[in-house]
Amino acid sequence: MVFDIGLAVLVLGVAVWTTAARDAFAAVVGFVAYGLLLALVWVRIAAPDVALTEAAIGGGVTGVLLLGAGTRLRAIEATAPAGEKPGSGLQLAAGMLCVFVTGGLAAIVLLLPEPAPTLAPLAAAHLAGTGLDNPVTAVLMAYRAIDTLLETVVLALALIGIWSLAPDGVWGGLPGPRHHIDSDGVLTFLVQLLAPVGILVGIHIFWIGSVAPGGEFQGATILAAMWLLAMMAGLVEAPPVSRRWLRLVLVIGPLTFLAIGLAGFGMSGAFLAYPEAYAKLLILTIEVPVTLSIAATLALLVAGPPERAQQR
Amino acid sequence: MTLALDGLTILAVCAGAFFFLAGTVGLLRFPDPLSRLHALTKADNLGLGLIVLGLLFQAGGLLAALKLIGVWLLALLAGASISQLIARTARPGGPPA
Amino acid sequence: MSAATLYGLSAAVLVGVGLFGLIVHPHPLRKILSFNLIGGGVFLLLGVVARRGAAAGFGGDPVPQALVITGIVVAFAATALAVMLLLRLSQETGRSTLASDE
Repeated sequence: MVFDIGLAVLVLGVAVWTTAARDAFAAVVGFVAYGLLLALVWVRIAAPDVALTEAAIGGGVTGVLLLGAGTRLRAIEATAPAGEKPGSGLQLAAGMLCVFVTGGLAAIVLLLPEPAPTLAPLAAAHLAGTGLDNPVTAVLMAYRAIDTLLETVVLALALIGIWSLAPDGVWGGLPGPRHHIDSDGVLTFLVQLLAPVGILVGIHIFWIGSVAPGGEFQGATILAAMWLLAMMAGLVEAPPVSRRWLRLVLVIGPLTFLAIGLAGFGMSGAFLAYPEAYAKLLILTIEVPVTLSIAATLALLVAGPPERAQQR
Repeated sequence: MTLALDGLTILAVCAGAFFFLAGTVGLLRFPDPLSRLHALTKADNLGLGLIVLGLLFQAGGLLAALKLIGVWLLALLAGASISQLIARTARPGGPPA
Repeated sequence: MSAATLYGLSAAVLVGVGLFGLIVHPHPLRKILSFNLIGGGVFLLLGVVARRGAAAGFGGDPVPQALVITGIVVAFAATALAVMLLLRLSQETGRSTLASDE
């Protein structure tokens, strides 16, 4: 309990520091630390799958995204005047609103019903039918599979939205700025050592998700991070976004999911229903392309809109 | 036997925590980025190594112990590379040509 | 007070802190950061609800945990889109502010 109090105070302290920091760079660093501490909190409330996702996505890729954006913005607006903070009257009103919202949420937390309603017995009762051992993966891929299907579609839509921001001249070109490869460089050395290990760890975390904490989102994030590292070191060139194979990799996950979902009408009489004998096989057949698609989508989300025209 | 193992774990983890504390004091008190990097990486690599050593006594099996050592090696690799990269940029004369 | 209630109260404070940062900061990148702080607080609240639903041998109710995982991924996608929009805006106008030109 003492550890929990200390951890909660630390998380709140880092959050306040992120809000109050003067420099945008310091705020982003504070945000990454906040994400990692939050992952510890998730472990303390017995949610290891969420802890893995928070550490990978909330702390890792979001940090890369925001740091890159902060650096580029600082370069762009070096000569522009900074916006003015609102006056103390507005700050006081905002503070009172926030105290009101916090008080309301705290009251809700303290007044939560006792004993707590839960779906855990229901989830446990049908776990054997899905062939999985990890209840969170069972919820993601079997009980609430439609949420996961729509989530993959949302990721693809976000990527389309980002690609649509490219200037006309570089439409369909290479995302992100050019990274020069430095063959004696430290980053090259790091990526050459880390990328194989990272790919192995990513595949392992994806594979083990059916019986232990893990799953496709966590594994896909690690694979995306390895691709991003290789792109940043200049070891692989970012593919032009008009390449057909790239677009195929991006959509094969949602399409496989949708196809198996529609096949559920014929097999078991409902959308995304799995016949019990083949449940694990079908779930695996969905998970492999979905992991590939999500890894590619996450990496390209961070890489950004096309900025360089492809060489013909 | 478990008492001895627990005692060793507590000893090693406390020593590791002390090194982390020393590294943090160095981060806060040293004057310029290069010396702060020095304090951080020396203390944190040794601190993490001692904590992993302490946890090895509690690990349930060879595979878990190997995973712990793997974590330490990955943290060593990442920490060393990142400090090199930061140091090159933070050099007083700018990045090496 | 159990650990879950403690984290629930800190989730409430996180939402408040993030909301303050969202309203007060003029720079859009700080607003995006504060929005993510609010998101973290809301997810933590869901996690506390999951923890209180521990039953049937699990440490927590798996359904809210799966919802939070989906939420974290979708929040990242939205953050990425927002950040790229902001970068594009700054490249076009030379400044990063949401105020309209006079």
